[in-house]
This record gives sequence, C-alpha cells and structure tokens, in this order.
Amino acid sequence: MSQGTPSLRLHVPEPTGRPGHETDFSYLHLSRAGEVRRPPVDATPADTSDLAYTLVRVLDDEGRAVGPWAPEADPALLRKGLVAMMKTRAFDARMLIAQRQKKISFYMQCLGEEAIATGHALALVQGDMCFPTYRQQGLLLARDDVSMVELICQLMSNERDPLRGRQLPVMYSMKRAGFFSISGNLATQFIQAVGWGMASAIKGATHIASAWIGDGSTAEADFHTALTFAHVYRAPVILNVVNNQWAISTFQAIAGGEATTFAARGVGCGIASLRVDGNDFLAVLAASRWAAERARGNLGPTLIEWLTYRAGAHSTSDDPSRYRPADDWQHFPLGDPVARLAQHLRGLGAWLDGEQAAMQAALEAEVTAALKEAERYGSLADGHMAGADAMFEDVYERMPPHLQEQRRQVAAFRKG
Amino acid sequence: MAAMTMIQALRSAMDLMLERDHNVVVYGQDVGYFGGVFRCTEGLQAKYGRSRVFDAPISEGGIVGAAIGMGAYGLRPVVEVQFADYFYPACDQIVSEAARLRYRSAGDFTAPITIRMPCGGGIYGGQTHSQSPEVLFTHVCGLRTVMPSNPRDAKGLLIASIENDDPVIFLEPKRLYNGPFDGHHDRPLVPWSAHPLGEVPEGYYTVPLESATVFRPGQALTAIAYGTMVYVCEAAAKETGIDAEIIDLRSIWPLDLPTLVASVKKTGRCVIVHEATRSSGFGAELTALVQEHCFYHLEAPIERVAGWDTPYPHAQEWAYFPGPERVGAAFRRVMED
Repeated sequence: MSQGTPSLRLHVPEPTGRPGHETDFSYLHLSRAGEVRRPPVDATPADTSDLAYTLVRVLDDEGRAVGPWAPEADPALLRKGLVAMMKTRAFDARMLIAQRQKKISFYMQCLGEEAIATGHALALVQGDMCFPTYRQQGLLLARDDVSMVELICQLMSNERDPLRGRQLPVMYSMKRAGFFSISGNLATQFIQAVGWGMASAIKGATHIASAWIGDGSTAEADFHTALTFAHVYRAPVILNVVNNQWAISTFQAIAGGEATTFAARGVGCGIASLRVDGNDFLAVLAASRWAAERARGNLGPTLIEWLTYRAGAHSTSDDPSRYRPADDWQHFPLGDPVARLAQHLRGLGAWLDGEQAAMQAALEAEVTAALKEAERYGSLADGHMAGADAMFEDVYERMPPHLQEQRRQVAAFRKG
Repeated sequence: MAAMTMIQALRSAMDLMLERDHNVVVYGQDVGYFGGVFRCTEGLQAKYGRSRVFDAPISEGGIVGAAIGMGAYGLRPVVEVQFADYFYPACDQIVSEAARLRYRSAGDFTAPITIRMPCGGGIYGGQTHSQSPEVLFTHVCGLRTVMPSNPRDAKGLLIASIENDDPVIFLEPKRLYNGPFDGHHDRPLVPWSAHPLGEVPEGYYTVPLESATVFRPGQALTAIAYGTMVYVCEAAAKETGIDAEIIDLRSIWPLDLPTLVASVKKTGRCVIVHEATRSSGFGAELTALVQEHCFYHLEAPIERVAGWDTPYPHAQEWAYFPGPERVGAAFRRVMED
C-alpha cells in the first residue's frame, strides 16, 4: 500500500434528527409553488429530467393556487376532496382507538398522507385498477360507493368480513372499487400493476392501472422489474412512489434516497417522471390527471414521487419516539394536507369558518355509527367470525381431496 | 393423430389454446420472434401477433409478476421460465402472490396462470441446467405442479393446465423433449416417432389434472415416478425381470391418491423414484402417504431412489442421475424382504 492512501470507510446514512434532536429538512430540495414548469402530456421521458429533481407545487404559503400546474377544478370537487381527506383521518383516528380497545388486532393509519390517495382517486375513472400498499385507504374512503362498515368488518375479521377472516386488518380487497388485494409482501403489487396495464393494452381496452409503493420498498427487486416492464411495453400505468421519509424506523436515505430522488429512477429507466408535493391536494390532482392522460393516450407510463411525511406511527405495533423527534411533523416544511386545502378553499370563499368543525363532528359521528354497526356482526374477540370451513375454501378453485379430508378432521375435532 | 415430439406437442397445445381462447397470451425470454431456446413456441408469434406472443426482459420475477397482474385483469397467461433452475428470482411472486391471491381475496381476484419450466438432468447441464425443484412448489398451498413424461400427455396436460383457474407450475423434462430416455446414456436416442406415445391427436383434448396413470401394469411391486424416471423404471423392470407396476403421477400435487393406494395395496411393495435430491424431496411425501394409507398391506419397507443430496454435478452426471442400475437394485431389495 502506498503511503498517504486513505483507508476505506463504509458509509451508512443517518437521519439528521433523532429523539431529542431536531431534523434538518434541507435535504428535501423544495421548489417554490408555481415555479416548476408543466410539460405537455406527450413529453419524452428525457424531457422530464429536471422535473425529477424539482418539486411540483400549486398551493403557496397563503393557500393560493399558482403556476402552470394549478388544475381546473370546480370548488365542489375540491370540497369533495377535503371531505375525503377529513373522512380518512377521522376513520384512522377512530380505528386507532378501536385497536387500543382491543376491538381490532392491528391497524395502520395514513396520517399526513391523506391528500395523495384521495386526490389521485379523483383523477381516475370507474374501471381503472389501483394496486395499493397498506397505506392507501384514501383510495377507498374517497369513493361514495364504499361503505365504512364493510371496511371495519374486514378490520374486525367478523362474520361479515368479505375476506372471511383470512387476512390481517387493513389488507383490504375490493375489485368493484378498483382496489387490488393487498399483500403483506412489499413491492409485489408494483409489477402486477404493470401486468394489469399490459393486459388492458393487449385487449385494446381503455382502462389504466395505478401502482403504489413506499420509499423503503423501492429497494425491493419488484420496483426495478416494474419500471423495466412498464418502459419496455409502454404500459398504461401510473407508478406512484409515496416518499414519506420513513420505512418503519429507517430513514429514506437508507433506501437509496441520499443526494438523489426516487423520481430520478424513473427517468433513468426511460419513464416520464414527476416529483410532486404530496401534501398539496391541487398538485396531487393535477399531476395525477397529467399521468392518467398520458397513460390513456398510449403515451406510456409515468412515475410520480409524492413527497410527504409519515406523521403517525408506522403501525399500532410501532413507537416512533424511539427513532425520530417527537415533534418532527410540526417542522416538516410541506405541512398538513388537510389544513392547506382548507385554507385554499377558505380563500375561494368555498369553505366557511365553522364548516370545518361541523364537518369534523359529522364525520366522527359517521365513523362511530359505522363501527357500532360493524360490531353487531361480531369480532375476533367474541368469536363471531367465519367458521373453520372458510379456512379450507378458495385455496384452489375446487377443493382437492386432501383439503376435504383436512376439513373433515377439523370438524371431527370440534364435535369431539 | 400425428407423430410429434414433446416440443411439437407442447407447441400444438399453446397454438390450440391461443386459437380457442383470446385471453391466452404467451411470453417469456426468447419466446417470441425466435420461438424459444427449445423451439417450443416456434411460429406462434408469426401466427398470432406480437400482442399475444412476445419476448420478455430477462427477469423471472417480472415475467411472473406481470402474469399475475394480467390474470387479475382476466387474461390467461402462459409464461416461460427458460430453465427451472432460474425460477428462484420469481419465488416471491409464485409463493406469496400467485398461490395466495384467490385465498387472501376470497375469490375477488384469481391467478389463472401457467408457468412452463424445462427441468431435469441427463443432458450434461451441470448445476444450473439440470435441477428438479418440484418439491419447492408442492410445499406451497394454492399451486398445482404438473410434469408430463410423453408427447401425448404433454399436450393434454398443458391444455388442462392452461384452462385451469389455479396457478399451475408446468415442469417439462427437457431430456424427454426429443425422445424417451431410460438412463442408458451410452445408447443412441430413440426418437418419439418410434414410440407409441409420440402419436398425438392434432385437435383439442385434455388429460385431466390429479389423474395418475398406470404406465406399466405389474404384480410384484409398485414404482411411483414422474418425468424421465418413468422410462428408467421401465428399463429397470425389464432388466431385473421384476414385474413392477409403474405409476406415472403426471400431476405431482395435488395428486391422484386412489391410483397409488390401489396399486400398493395390490403389490404390497413400493419404490419411489425421482431425479431431485433425496432429503425432503417429494419422495418423502409419497413415502408418508403410502405408509399412512397402505401400512397393513406393505410387505417390505418403502424404498426411495433419488438424486444425491448434492448440487447437480457436470462431470459426474451418470454417477448422480438415478439410472436403471440403481433403480433395479432397489427393486431387488424390496423383493428380498
């Protein structure tokens, strides 16, 4: 070894903020509202390179919609979006309590991320298919045709649980609402969404797929396969990366976010890519519409990195105070999506003082009533759930003899 | 009827299903324009177009993952993994997703996909062109695992697999692609055109899943096998003069238990033969099933002849491959007891 050659050192990224130390959010590389250009929907992927390193934002600090991405949106639609966000938050808050009361075994909230799924849902049409993770309940709660009772029955694994008690709480499946079955295995649905979009193209249909993944899961192999297949076959799919800065206790830099962006991965794979303020409902709506129009026009896939912050615990089994500052969300520069849209609507005169509190009270009452109704159909705790027979069904289309035999054995034991 | 190799029979099955069901799509690595490294999809892209039969990136996880999404849409994908030795990157998609989708969604979504994989040794394929990974699938609830041993079954089983609404792992013993092989590697290849099972109906027919077949009737012992080992067992019976009843499982799991049980109850002796490594191989499950269902009819311990518990070697191929001598020795042992 020659003299003076420094020895090598392993680099292990760390968040700036830990319990007791404030986070330095300067790593986010924010743009000012209205500052980032809006290319035509037929832009080439390479022509979106700058957009992968800047941030599409519409709402400024005063709640005004500014710049080329400000969407054409009727105030009634925006009110619908605000209510969907508030409903999602109220639902989460009540289910968190239900978990603490041992009415359900497990829960995951999406506090602070409500704008992304609810705003995106308003840019899709009936027949499109979302391939969500466990933190896109807003896709369901934004819809008028999905009852909270049905969701709570799944959470309670009771006798009305559409998934017959087979799945962990929050692992919903609702084909009719364009909501693909959630899997515990991360990232698997990202490539499946691409396949679904390819199928729509093979059949010459008009529907598009929307794929969802978190920042941490982009490190999984299926993230890469999804981008490759989406690019190769120009699949009609929106590839959503929700960068909430945290994968359980792991800061997004450990997922590969240090000194780069997740949107940049899309450009590298030849996919038009946007990096968007995920707490800005208008930016979510505008970017989602842009990507949906691209996909529907056979112009190819779009990757969108939604910049947001996981304000709550990862799940009811997690205590974030052990790895990050307790007041981190208050310092997150993109704020709270509900407060920001409410401020915008107030500026338009479309959301009056006092409406917020009244709506909040109404939504809380609605969730409480839904919970009460769902409780009537039993819960895991009181044993009112799908019987053991349900355990053996749907493994195959038709039950093979070995499962019939095992079902018989269970029945014999329960009689004895 | 027409004389077909296993390759031609498999191609005929895909051709027919592409024609009959517009939701059938065929893709995989080198599967499209080139027609597959084993020629199994030759001409299909020219006939049905690139949106039905196409080339895929080298990504087994991507190929299977995309197929699951297509299945959820309503298509019926028939995808190829070039060698069974290379399915491992798709393991998560097969085990966690394809196999579980119907169950976890209570039938809301299904994965009616067929994954074709050339498997097995006897071709100097070395470690990564010879493996028999069937037990890695049979242990997964929700999957069907199928392996034909001749052109007639290959076509009928592949059509049945494509039509089945469950995910099917379709393992093709590549040593049998061009002719039957009994383990006598020093003898010239017998082509399928010289074998009665190389006569294949040209039109539509199925061989039902979960149906084993008595490949060779006999009275002395029951040999349970699938794929190439069916012919090895046949050679061992001939060379030892032992009147073995050879069962070709065809569907490895779920399987046709009554056919096995009836045979072992008749003969009272059982030898299980597979190319895959021995420990925790599918032979262990078969041994347990025979023991549970035929205990009072057994006149000798159940024997297993399998690949050794080593990676598949190159130079030592014929010391590794369970050939007719090793199978014949097991036949003799169970007859001595």
